[in-house]
Amino acid sequence: MDIYRENILDHYRNPRNYGKVANPDISQFGDNPLCGDSIEIQLILKGSKISQVYFIGKGCAIFLASASMLCEHIRGMSLVNLRKLSKDDILELIGITLSLTRLKCALLPLVTVHKAVNALGKGG
Amino acid sequence: MRSVLADFPLLKIRIRNKRIVYLDSTATSLKPQPVLDAINKYNTQYSANVFRGLYDISEKATFEFEKAREKIANFIGASTTKEVIFVRNATEALNLVAVSWGKENIKKNDVVVTTIMEHHSNFVPWQNLSEEKGAKLKVVGVDRDYKIDETELLLAVKGAKLLALTHISNVLGTINPVLKIIKKIRKINPDIVIVIDGAQSVPHLPVNVAKINCDFFAFSGHKVLGPTGIGVLWGKTKILEKMKPYMYGGEMINRVTISKSTFQDIPLKFEAGTPNISGAIGLGAAVDYLNAIGMDNIRKHEEALTKFALEELSKLPNITLYGPKRASDRCGVVSFNVFTKKGYLIHPHDVSQILNEDNICVRSGHHCAMPLHDRLDLVATVRASFYLYNSRRDVRELIKGIKKVVKILG
Repeated sequence: MDIYRENILDHYRNPRNYGKVANPDISQFGDNPLCGDSIEIQLILKGSKISQVYFIGKGCAIFLASASMLCEHIRGMSLVNLRKLSKDDILELIGITLSLTRLKCALLPLVTVHKAVNALGKGG
Repeated sequence: MRSVLADFPLLKIRIRNKRIVYLDSTATSLKPQPVLDAINKYNTQYSANVFRGLYDISEKATFEFEKAREKIANFIGASTTKEVIFVRNATEALNLVAVSWGKENIKKNDVVVTTIMEHHSNFVPWQNLSEEKGAKLKVVGVDRDYKIDETELLLAVKGAKLLALTHISNVLGTINPVLKIIKKIRKINPDIVIVIDGAQSVPHLPVNVAKINCDFFAFSGHKVLGPTGIGVLWGKTKILEKMKPYMYGGEMINRVTISKSTFQDIPLKFEAGTPNISGAIGLGAAVDYLNAIGMDNIRKHEEALTKFALEELSKLPNITLYGPKRASDRCGVVSFNVFTKKGYLIHPHDVSQILNEDNICVRSGHHCAMPLHDRLDLVATVRASFYLYNSRRDVRELIKGIKKVVKILG
């Protein structure tokens, strides 16, 4: 089963950083109304770096795995580098080729994270 | 009913060395060879424009185009061919009514009625019209067996100007008993204008618009074995004659001067520009094909297959089915969700992705029916649908596929 490789199934069954905290620095909601994937991402910053990241979400396996992998990936990352993350980085993280439809699922977490840090404004 | 598999060239295709198990006819149907031949014959032997030339191939094009119109009129029980208007699809047909009839006749505080089970194409035009005109949109719900709440419907239509109702739900498969319902409605409100979305019924049931006694009826050619890009709006003569044109230009005019134009009678009044000639001829060939098999036979075949599918699907643990319990109350559309052993939803995208590995083609999502999914508190569903070229073997493949999904993601 190509698309549902071990790493994807692992993140889907045991998502890392799953949960919610009381006082995040940034909280951002994102969704794909056409398929029903939805996510809430919470970031805790230390200076201009991501110190902690949490997410809760509902959706397909690709979306949840992507969210879990992304959160793991951005812990400790600077906001500058976070803003530079692209679709190709996500595809590299996930490690599989995706159809146009599934690509939307995989990219929703990144789109949401970018929305979150853009709300912060320039700098930092 | 004889086996029709050999008539559909797409079913000969192999992907990953396996056959295609096509269970998405609700989205679009496969095309039989006679339809493809008719389209190709037009394009290769007489691809002239209609109503224009006096030369042989133009006469032939006009003749075949109008013959297709006549075939379709007979197929749906229209009393005259004038009432059959060619459009692009059911969506365009419904929008034509909303614009040409709706804008003139719906006023502020009028009541427009529709239902929660409508496809977006029979919901959004009425929602938009109501908003523009300051009319009130009433949305009738479903009961526990996923059928129209008839009590609520009969209350809602009192004093209403228009009712937009689907004949068969593309998600639940519910067959709305339109003949009976419309009789009851017209006793309460004789002047109400009734629009029926027949996109899912024309392919699967014998339809007779005169008996149904609606004012408008819409369907798409590509769902009834025809090509894409052709559809039909049927309307009662007396209502169509009063309506303003939808689009203006060639074909639909009678006389054009620099200061003023006059327009054709129906149906041409609503057919501006060069129509989808090959599409109409293809749809005519589809009607011939279906008539040769018999719509009653097709309905019998599908009802038995749906009964089998519902029985087999019900045997699976961790599955929820949506739609009426009895196969006789529904057409061959089965929407469902699959859950893990712990009861978590396996997302329809994942289900259909895994089924695709075995070439099982189903649809996942909200199927252009977001209000319905919201009302049922569902994020999305998986939808399998059957047509005359499906068999018990296809259902068994689907069951095997679902078991595989549960094994991988359950």
